[in-house]
Amino acid sequence: MRHILSILLENEAGALSRVVGLFSARAYNIDSLTVSTTEDPTLSRMTIVTHGSDEVIEQITKQLNKLIEVVKVIDLNESDHIEREMMLIKVRATGKDREEMKRMADIFRGRIIDVTEKTYTIELTGTSDKLNAFIEAIDRSVILETVRTGASGIGRGERILKI
Amino acid sequence: MQISGAEILVRSLQEEGVEFVFGYPGGAVLEIYDAIFRQQQFKHVLVRHEQAAVHAADAYSRSSNKVGVALVTSGPGATNAVTGIATAYMDSIPMVVISGQVSTPAIGMDAFQEVDMVGITRPCVKHNFLVKDINELAATIKKAFYIAASGRPGPVVVDIPKDVTQRLAEFHYPESVSIRSYVPVTRGHPGQIKKAVNLLAEAKRPYIYVGGGAVQGNASAEVTELVKMLGVPCTNTLMGLGAYPGQDQQFLGMLGMHGTYEANMAMQYCDVLIAVGARFDDRVISVPSHFLSQPKKIVHIDVDPSSIAKRVKVDVPIVGDVKHVLRDMIDLFKQTGQQVPQQHLANWWKQIEEWRSYNSLLYTPSTEFIKPQYVVQKLYEITGGDAIITSDVGQHQMWAAQYYPFKRPKQWLNSGGLGTMGFGLPAAIGAQLANPDAQVACITGEGSIQMNIQELSTAKQYHTPVKVIALNNRYLGMVRQWQEFFYGTRYSESYMDALPDFVKIAEAYGHVGIKVENPADVEPVLREAFSPALKERLVFLDFRTDQSENVFPMIQNGKGLDQMDLPPHMRDLQIAPFENNRDYGNMC
Repeated sequence: MRHILSILLENEAGALSRVVGLFSARAYNIDSLTVSTTEDPTLSRMTIVTHGSDEVIEQITKQLNKLIEVVKVIDLNESDHIEREMMLIKVRATGKDREEMKRMADIFRGRIIDVTEKTYTIELTGTSDKLNAFIEAIDRSVILETVRTGASGIGRGERILKI
Repeated sequence: MQISGAEILVRSLQEEGVEFVFGYPGGAVLEIYDAIFRQQQFKHVLVRHEQAAVHAADAYSRSSNKVGVALVTSGPGATNAVTGIATAYMDSIPMVVISGQVSTPAIGMDAFQEVDMVGITRPCVKHNFLVKDINELAATIKKAFYIAASGRPGPVVVDIPKDVTQRLAEFHYPESVSIRSYVPVTRGHPGQIKKAVNLLAEAKRPYIYVGGGAVQGNASAEVTELVKMLGVPCTNTLMGLGAYPGQDQQFLGMLGMHGTYEANMAMQYCDVLIAVGARFDDRVISVPSHFLSQPKKIVHIDVDPSSIAKRVKVDVPIVGDVKHVLRDMIDLFKQTGQQVPQQHLANWWKQIEEWRSYNSLLYTPSTEFIKPQYVVQKLYEITGGDAIITSDVGQHQMWAAQYYPFKRPKQWLNSGGLGTMGFGLPAAIGAQLANPDAQVACITGEGSIQMNIQELSTAKQYHTPVKVIALNNRYLGMVRQWQEFFYGTRYSESYMDALPDFVKIAEAYGHVGIKVENPADVEPVLREAFSPALKERLVFLDFRTDQSENVFPMIQNGKGLDQMDLPPHMRDLQIAPFENNRDYGNMC
């Protein structure tokens, strides 16, 4: 099953490689990983999307907690949460495709952020599923390039991840 | 006053009360060695290979309550240390390894003797540091010692670039350390402890399974008290040997791949299992599904949450320091007056005594060939069971574990997790330095000893009079045993041809060497080696042992605990299968 792990860790050199090394050393999967500093510059917040059985996810969580630099780990799937991912997608936009592409971007609440005579670059935000749906919805042959951030997640309501 | 980084390191080690640093100098650590030269507080032990420095520091730690320290140079010095670091990591041994690094501007430039030590050791350390700022050096050393020794212990590497050892700064050693992201648990949850006690109070076939965590956690007294108080059977893992006294009636011997028949059968057929600082690893329970096919309730006490429910799902997990948790359990039993149901327990003991009566460690004595088991038994007798025993890896390791019933924790030092050949001799040196008055013996084989034989030189220099007990069967014995059983006796590369004359080697290094070929000579030669006349000498005993001897019992890969390959004398016995609620009457 797909899980989103939120990790608060010390913003120190090497901390990221410890986390990534743990996943490869123990043969766990990383579907996506995002990381950046928080409002407290000594801390980084990481979101890892992974999949595995409940036992595997339990081990991943425990092993992450065992890393000295990891402050806290939560599995966002344990309660309500919000998930967002951003994609920049460059598409060929010529002739009748040009209008169609604009319409599709609007339907998915995307924004066209760069325009040339032959291309659009669209910024799209949403759950990973929504981004997949956009890719499915347009003609594959017009896609020139995609870049995705990977999912970031946060708990709903009062639930917070803090020291 | 400002002092150099090297001096800060030395002062920090002094502050930690370090007695010995095991190491080997080189370009990147010259500054540190110069600072060591100018101090008297701790002693440096010059090994002959960096791997041995780490093993010696490791065994110094294993045989005492202190953190071992090793010091190596950058590049090859650092990579040579890696096997030793991984060995300590697998067995959760507290250790601080200091490695030199090229100067900070040279890092990443493929400089001479540069290697990414922090990157290489990341998967086999509890934690590691690269110190780029001299102002953080003292605090980092403080943290390294704290992390190494607290929680589930382990090795910590501190990589120090050469320019950091040369720069100047004020020295201030922190008095305490607190790391917000690292807060080890000590006390177990009272509710869970209560559940564990209640389970035992309803158990029909209770069993206590004790691992290396009880040795490292100094919980031997608590293990013994609980087992005695309840009157229940107890087993130790390879790493746990000595945590419960080996000669006691309630001790069923070691369990696992080469465990005793009774220890393994009890593990399979118990109905309430208390695991203390053990991790259900593959060499102990073999296949988890088969182990669990016989229903049982499992209580798992461990300081490391990730050890719990890793291979086996448990009913009552208790995260905490084993010493504290066991103390709380003992107190609760005393407070509530609960006990294990006596009628059931008596029946359980009858079953166990039946298993034990088959004497699974019996071997066929010989007047022609020296039996390796016999050598270990005689060693036990002659040392009064009090020696610190180190071992290498292979058949001799298993025979040492089976035939030398350890009396106390920290008496048996071996590489259980990583299985590192070459551990024994440097470990014996480290253990002897930590315990100058103890008798220390290294049980080894002709294969393993050659992996670090150069340390005979270190032993000479530092006057560590360890006794090397080489069970020399001219084969990589355990490899040969597997080839005999599973590869149609095709002994591929397991025969040790062109062996050196170990007596001459010992003598060349300035020690005493004795070759023993006749079983009748085993006892007198051992007596001689441990006699007052040779008390101050390293004695290398080259026992030419029976080449065809195998280690039994043995659990083959993929088989269960109750599916052991048995020693010859048990193979034709009609052993009744275990039966629930069987009436033993007066049969035992």
